Amino acid sequence: MSDTPLLELVGATRTVQGRDLVSDVNLCLHEGEMLGIIGPNGSGKSTLLSMMAGLLPPSRGEIRLAGQPMARLRRQQIARRLAMVSQSADTGDRISVRDAVELGRTPWLGPLRPWSARDDEAVEAALLAVGMDRMAARDWSTLSGGERQRVHIARAHAQAPQILLLDEPTNHLDIHHQFAILDLVSQLPVTTVIALHDMHHALRCDRVMVMQSGRCVALGAPLDILTPALIRRIFAVDARLIAHPADGLPLFAFQRLA
Amino acid sequence: MRRGAAVRGAGWLWLAPALLAAALLFGTAVGETRIPLSTVVAVLASKTGLTAAVPDSVDASVIWHYRLSRATVAACGGASLALSGLVLQALLRNALAEPYLLGISAGASTGAVAVAVAGFGAGVISMSAGAFAGALVAFGLVAILARAARGTGVQTTGIIILAGIAGSQMFNATTALIIAQSASAEQARGIMFWLLGNLSGVRWPDIRLALPVALLGLGVALWHVRTLDAFTFGADSAAALGIDVRRARVVLIGTAALATAVVVSIAGAIGFVGLVVPHAMRFLVGVRHARLVPATALAGAVFLVLSDVVSRIVIPGQVLPIGVITALVGAPAFAVVMVRGRRR
Repeated sequence: MSDTPLLELVGATRTVQGRDLVSDVNLCLHEGEMLGIIGPNGSGKSTLLSMMAGLLPPSRGEIRLAGQPMARLRRQQIARRLAMVSQSADTGDRISVRDAVELGRTPWLGPLRPWSARDDEAVEAALLAVGMDRMAARDWSTLSGGERQRVHIARAHAQAPQILLLDEPTNHLDIHHQFAILDLVSQLPVTTVIALHDMHHALRCDRVMVMQSGRCVALGAPLDILTPALIRRIFAVDARLIAHPADGLPLFAFQRLA
Repeated sequence: MRRGAAVRGAGWLWLAPALLAAALLFGTAVGETRIPLSTVVAVLASKTGLTAAVPDSVDASVIWHYRLSRATVAACGGASLALSGLVLQALLRNALAEPYLLGISAGASTGAVAVAVAGFGAGVISMSAGAFAGALVAFGLVAILARAARGTGVQTTGIIILAGIAGSQMFNATTALIIAQSASAEQARGIMFWLLGNLSGVRWPDIRLALPVALLGLGVALWHVRTLDAFTFGADSAAALGIDVRRARVVLIGTAALATAVVVSIAGAIGFVGLVVPHAMRFLVGVRHARLVPATALAGAVFLVLSDVVSRIVIPGQVLPIGVITALVGAPAFAVVMVRGRRR
């Protein structure tokens, strides 16, 4: 069974009112990889992630989770394999950090399957993984943006998924917290798909998929894909890829609108 | 060892039956006619078979047929309405959601009145069926209206409440129209009084419907405590956590509509119970539904029994509609919830 891809998209298309938001995307997710999705605003990144999570059914094409068509799986079966951290999921409820992380155990519980020590362990491990273990009793409303994002990731972690989908998790975070979130995500022992805006962040991924107007226009290793020509074509910005003077690491220098 | 949310803090639950019994006893003991507590207890004990039967007296009849039946229905209705409000608040992610404010009660009234006036028989069952149909139609209309109004600049929280107000007005007008068209003057007066929320006509047979529906509502809500929790970060998040959102909505909102419809068909549209009680309980036991559901059911029951007592004694010689009492408590609570929500 090891040759069955974890997640597979075959001609996945999502049409709303005659317009293709996502159009004919083909993708095989490799086990353990970190796949970045990058593209201009409105290029269909979020829609594609929602489709991968099974939240939006494809209008055409098929999405398979471990070889099985997602449309035929029950929500609970999907949620045991795949967790999603969407953009700016917020609540007005007075819940604690621990409460929020405990929600991640939902797919493993039921009316006849009560909370057990294993669930406590999963929650503790998740809190520890994101460094929120000391803040477990804190109120959600008192958390900063970066802390909230970490709690969302801890919730997804507690879900014990094989695949983690993240929709622009570094949005609205300062540079320190952007790095903290990316470090955290790359350390998690799961296959990750992450929608990003920052091309330097994309360089940290194993593979990058570039989207434009709902289509996948490039897919491959970041440095093979993110060429000045492609950046000019997709983002209409002149950019150069230069080596950092100190350590030679690749660096984008953005110059002007193309 | 730490315990999961389902177990944590469940220790107080043994108190629930005691509190409920105390409220029922209070509701039975207090009334216009002064009856000594010892008589009340003696009558209850003999009627429930704990002691030998005592000969029927006027007092016994008042206690058993009038007050206890009324208090019991009030308890069932209070639990039903409070749970309906809790479920709607969780699923719609709206702190102000409540069957009365969303127009569900008004729709149920229209359905019940239509059935009563159209002469399908004014029995509790047929009126409840009409009320259930009306409640579902009302919620459907309000949901469609709220969906259509999305993106018009009004905040999402506000939209569904505005849609509920529009729905309430329309259904109340329809009810008035039906009454004016087809009811006799005598019928009309009775219906108008009942519309404000009234427990005066309640007798034992009503319990045959009120109690099973309250228990059904409690059972469904308890079965779905984790589902209700999963909506904390919205419907998409719930789906990502493995909840079948459409099924959950049909089952839970359907149950809330049924519970509301049955209460309306028995006692008319009693407002704000579903708003006041869940918010008070969130303050006391927190937001996790494993504790919130039983606490809300209990507090709803106690709240409506006490409201009924107040409605009977606040003006000597006169019984106020119970809806007046719950609105006097509930409308300020609505304002508080609204203002607090805004400050966030």
